[in-house]
Amino acid sequence: MENFEFHGPSTLDQALAAMGAAEDGKFMAGGQSLLPVMKLELAAPSDVISLAGIEALRGIEADGTTVTIGSAVTHAEVHESEAVRQAIPALADMAGGIGDPQVRNRGTIGGAVAHADPAADYPAALVGLGATVVTDRREISAEDFFQGMFDTPLEDDEIITAVRFPVPERAAYAKFANQASGYAIAGVMVASGDAGIRVAVTGAGSCVFRVTAMEEALAADFSAAALQGIAVDSGDLISEPDASAEYRAHLVSVMARRAVEACG
Amino acid sequence: MANEGIGAAVRRKEDARFLTGRANYTDDINRPGQLYMVLVRSPEAHAELVRIDTAAAEAADGVVAVFTGADLEADGVGGIPCAWAVDHEDGTPMAEPVHPVLAQGRVRHVGDPVVAVIAETKAQARAAAGLVDVEYQPVPAIADVAGAVESDAPQIWDEAPGNICFKFGIGDAEAVDAAFDGAAHVVTLDLVNNRLIPNAIEPRAAIGEFEPTSGEYTLYTTSQNPHVIRLLMGAFVLHIPEHKLRVIAPDVGGAFGSKIFHYAEEALVTWASGKLALPVKWTAERSESFMSDAHGRDHVTHAELALDDEGMFLALRTKTLANLGAYISTFGPAVPTYMHAVLFAGCYTTPVIRAVVHGVFTNTVPVDAYRGAGRPEATFMLERLVDIAARKLGMSRVEIRRKNFIKDFPYQTPVALEYDSGDYGGTLDVALELGSWNDFETRREEARARGKFRGIGLSTFIEACGAAPSALAGQLGARAGLFEVGQVRVHPTGSVTVFTGSHSHGQGHETAFAQIVCEALGMSVDQVDVVHGDTGRVPFGMGTYGSRSLAVGGSAIQKALEKIIAKGKKIAAHMMEASEGDVEFADGQFTVVGTDKSTTFGEVALTAYVPHDYPEGLEPGLDETAFYDPVNFTYPAGAHIAEVEIDPETGVVELVALSAADDVGRIINPMIVEGQMHGGMAQGVGQALLEACRYDDDGQLLTGSYMNYTMPRATNFPFFATGHNITHCTHNPLGVKGVGEVGAIGVPAAVINAVVDALAHLGVEHVDMPATPEKVWRIIQDATA
Amino acid sequence: MPTVSMTVNGKQVSADVEARTLLVEFIREHLDLTGTHVGCDTSQCGACVVHLDGRSVKSCTMLALEADGAEVTTIESLSNGVELHPMQAAFKEHHGLQCGFCTPGVVMSVLDLVSRNPDPSEAEVRDWLEGNLCRCTGYHNIIKSVQAGAAAMGG
Repeated sequence: MENFEFHGPSTLDQALAAMGAAEDGKFMAGGQSLLPVMKLELAAPSDVISLAGIEALRGIEADGTTVTIGSAVTHAEVHESEAVRQAIPALADMAGGIGDPQVRNRGTIGGAVAHADPAADYPAALVGLGATVVTDRREISAEDFFQGMFDTPLEDDEIITAVRFPVPERAAYAKFANQASGYAIAGVMVASGDAGIRVAVTGAGSCVFRVTAMEEALAADFSAAALQGIAVDSGDLISEPDASAEYRAHLVSVMARRAVEACG
Repeated sequence: MANEGIGAAVRRKEDARFLTGRANYTDDINRPGQLYMVLVRSPEAHAELVRIDTAAAEAADGVVAVFTGADLEADGVGGIPCAWAVDHEDGTPMAEPVHPVLAQGRVRHVGDPVVAVIAETKAQARAAAGLVDVEYQPVPAIADVAGAVESDAPQIWDEAPGNICFKFGIGDAEAVDAAFDGAAHVVTLDLVNNRLIPNAIEPRAAIGEFEPTSGEYTLYTTSQNPHVIRLLMGAFVLHIPEHKLRVIAPDVGGAFGSKIFHYAEEALVTWASGKLALPVKWTAERSESFMSDAHGRDHVTHAELALDDEGMFLALRTKTLANLGAYISTFGPAVPTYMHAVLFAGCYTTPVIRAVVHGVFTNTVPVDAYRGAGRPEATFMLERLVDIAARKLGMSRVEIRRKNFIKDFPYQTPVALEYDSGDYGGTLDVALELGSWNDFETRREEARARGKFRGIGLSTFIEACGAAPSALAGQLGARAGLFEVGQVRVHPTGSVTVFTGSHSHGQGHETAFAQIVCEALGMSVDQVDVVHGDTGRVPFGMGTYGSRSLAVGGSAIQKALEKIIAKGKKIAAHMMEASEGDVEFADGQFTVVGTDKSTTFGEVALTAYVPHDYPEGLEPGLDETAFYDPVNFTYPAGAHIAEVEIDPETGVVELVALSAADDVGRIINPMIVEGQMHGGMAQGVGQALLEACRYDDDGQLLTGSYMNYTMPRATNFPFFATGHNITHCTHNPLGVKGVGEVGAIGVPAAVINAVVDALAHLGVEHVDMPATPEKVWRIIQDATA
Repeated sequence: MPTVSMTVNGKQVSADVEARTLLVEFIREHLDLTGTHVGCDTSQCGACVVHLDGRSVKSCTMLALEADGAEVTTIESLSNGVELHPMQAAFKEHHGLQCGFCTPGVVMSVLDLVSRNPDPSEAEVRDWLEGNLCRCTGYHNIIKSVQAGAAAMGG
């Protein structure tokens, strides 16, 4: 790993000032995505600005219609949060299935969202639940946020401060994980609520996507049977030695059905 | 005193230091003034080295030296030797190209070391390694063993036309052909035995240190056999005489075969420490382990079994292409031949067998022994064929095996080995009970009602371990003896230190070997310490691999103990004024037969060291060494049963039960034996369901980290069921056989037999390993299309 | 070089480190606490697990500077080498270790589990061990050890 300047600001302003002064700075929350990348020397920022000490980025608030999670909240905290479990149990369950316990103790929602790994779980949760990414300067809908593989509209000096989820009527997440890495080969969040009926898929393609045909079928009849015969086009999916595009397409259908069944 | 002798489940003496963080692994060691080595490794699978520019690296901060193959060549450093040569069947020697410590002229696999950068800190060495400029001229590469023998395949060595290292054959081809011609039934199978990466959790590491005043080198290394490393590296690579080379293998964090071999990094740190007169340390990153630790398995086999109408095996005929990698590793040629083809009788009376094995070079990491080493491959081939035969003949999978079992011992197989003892039918009975074989069909039906395909699979196996009778090994191409050494040092107050040439890297020798002493001398384990892993302290040794530690190393200790008792009797006879022939030793007491005269072992020990009143002509001291050379291999055997449930929608295979009944010979410590079985079983499951080392067509390693090489995790397993049916080895003094590899040998075939059983209703006859979700899903799709 | 200060196993420690120093490097190389191990470079094997403010983390995927001001505990904190912690004793009693390399990380990991779930089921222990690789034991005796250790701790 290349050396860098480390900053541990306690306010957003300090963090932004550090970034402004840095030649090639990078914000880091829990570091569970960034540090592995830096260890492989696939990233070598001049400055690493830790967001972990900024109190304003912590905390979970639920008001009955929305749940707002500070960007520095860890996956373990989301998983264990009574407020999240009450409002969106699918989100609490999903967070409890990310990585492993130690990764969940450090990794944060803000970091995972900013990293935009196409096989991460949060993109499906955000898009499926119709969440909004809140930054220090604007709000971005999840669908506009995830633009491609590791690609988001975030400016280099922009900080995610929170993610706001509308509380759905029902939702469930079903994941088929890569046996080696634990990342999703096909992770499907199905939700219905004010944001409509959504089916969001992570892991299968180069970016999280919605399956409109499934959403329409579920709008007409919210049941596993309604998904019968609806498949995604494997031409749009990733192919790897352990999981071809064709297999992923099949798994999307299976996981979508299982998620609908889990919605109860 | 609690019984802590043979058969007691004594809790391990070594555990306290492992559990409290006080163990001493190689990377925990730091020597004063130590420098750090980082290697520049080839990113190319096969390329000419056009130019190596080290100027920028040499000028970098903290860099002390940068070495290339040319520096080693100029200094007369030799190639990494092979310790077991396998001739062609016609008697001509195998192709044995030089394996340079750093690449010379050409790189032959991704990860091939090219340049060694040595600096004051690890970070400096790493940074400087990034400044080394190597110009590679890629040439065509081949990683696939079947592809490497095609006529148009890239050629890896001039001295190995067609990429053939050797063409090995064993058995009477004519007799086998004749038996096939007259057979009522023939079943055939084409299989791939998947390539594996051993993945001990401790990455390899090495520290070289040179003491200029004495001229002595010390190498700390993650090795299973420090004396073997001293022999190979000292004699063949660096030309350092034994008395000036000390090799220490301290606590070693798992090995499974991968730490048997002499590796380039060991020679590099030792050589460089002499050049620089400072200690040099290297620790592998995991990504380096993937591309530099010897891999395992990687066979392509065609096999045929001839049977009569009653299901008796008449003949077996096989041809295997065995991937050796780009260079010959220490025991690379022996594994697919003398540890594989000679096992093809299995537990069965097959009267004639013909096996051909071609050792093949490819542009991959060298392949060598990995837990089981040749025997899992033999078992997988045989036990899959037997299942296919049972289905073809409409026989039960149990009965076809039972019918063909060897029942009389000793038994001479048609492929060289002579089994000394066993009870295969009895072991199978234990397994069938453990695995609830007989009422399986109700579980199959219950699963089917839930939409799952459930299957059960059985595998029986024999292994040859306890390598090896040196004379036989020598005839077969081994370039060293395979005896073992045990020294028993009784101290003046009666406590004991044992020095063993075996090496523990998880097997619990410090406890099990102490129990042998307790049994013989009548003491408790805390009065016995076991020293291993240091050529400066242990007289000699051949190390730990092939389940040889107890059978050979333990036997050496037993022989030394016999000498201790014999000498003790002489001392005791003098002390008790009796004739030596009248002295007996039992339960820690020397007694004069037929009298009430006795003396304790402790009093005899004290007398040996305080010989104020001592027999004439007898040396003081009580310290004996034995070299034990076995007269035969040992033959552990077992029967394993796996039960799986397949989700046809996703292809996921869930292992729902795994049972192992093994005959491991006499058991010293049942707790440790069970633990060894568990570990082997888990690695067997890993091979069957999870693990696959993959290269692409250009020789790039696709599975270079835990992100894409699937390591077994806790969630992959149920609790295991284990049992025994013990027969003693007839030719070693302890009656022991070996346990380290049984699980890895028997389980893969049992698991795949279960997978095939679960899919048999679809007409599936074979599934190659690993049975990963997409592969199984596709098989189901194809079968139901 | 920046200065990092933290409490490690109850002792206040402070050192100047390069910013890129990983917590595990700080623990092993600066503090010479070599019970915490490094087994991989992709944050998966778990040999490096320590506790940070009472929760298990992978010290190979954390900067020493991120632990500034924190309380870190390593395997060395559990025992003086004579008296074993009940979880350590359970691992010895149930043969939950072989080569010992993964063991400190496993023990620190499961202590985090037991602190939240004093009586974990077999399935819960297996799930929790997602982030700890053991190549020796097949996990069988680890699971037995964790359950026995949890019981001995009063679960």
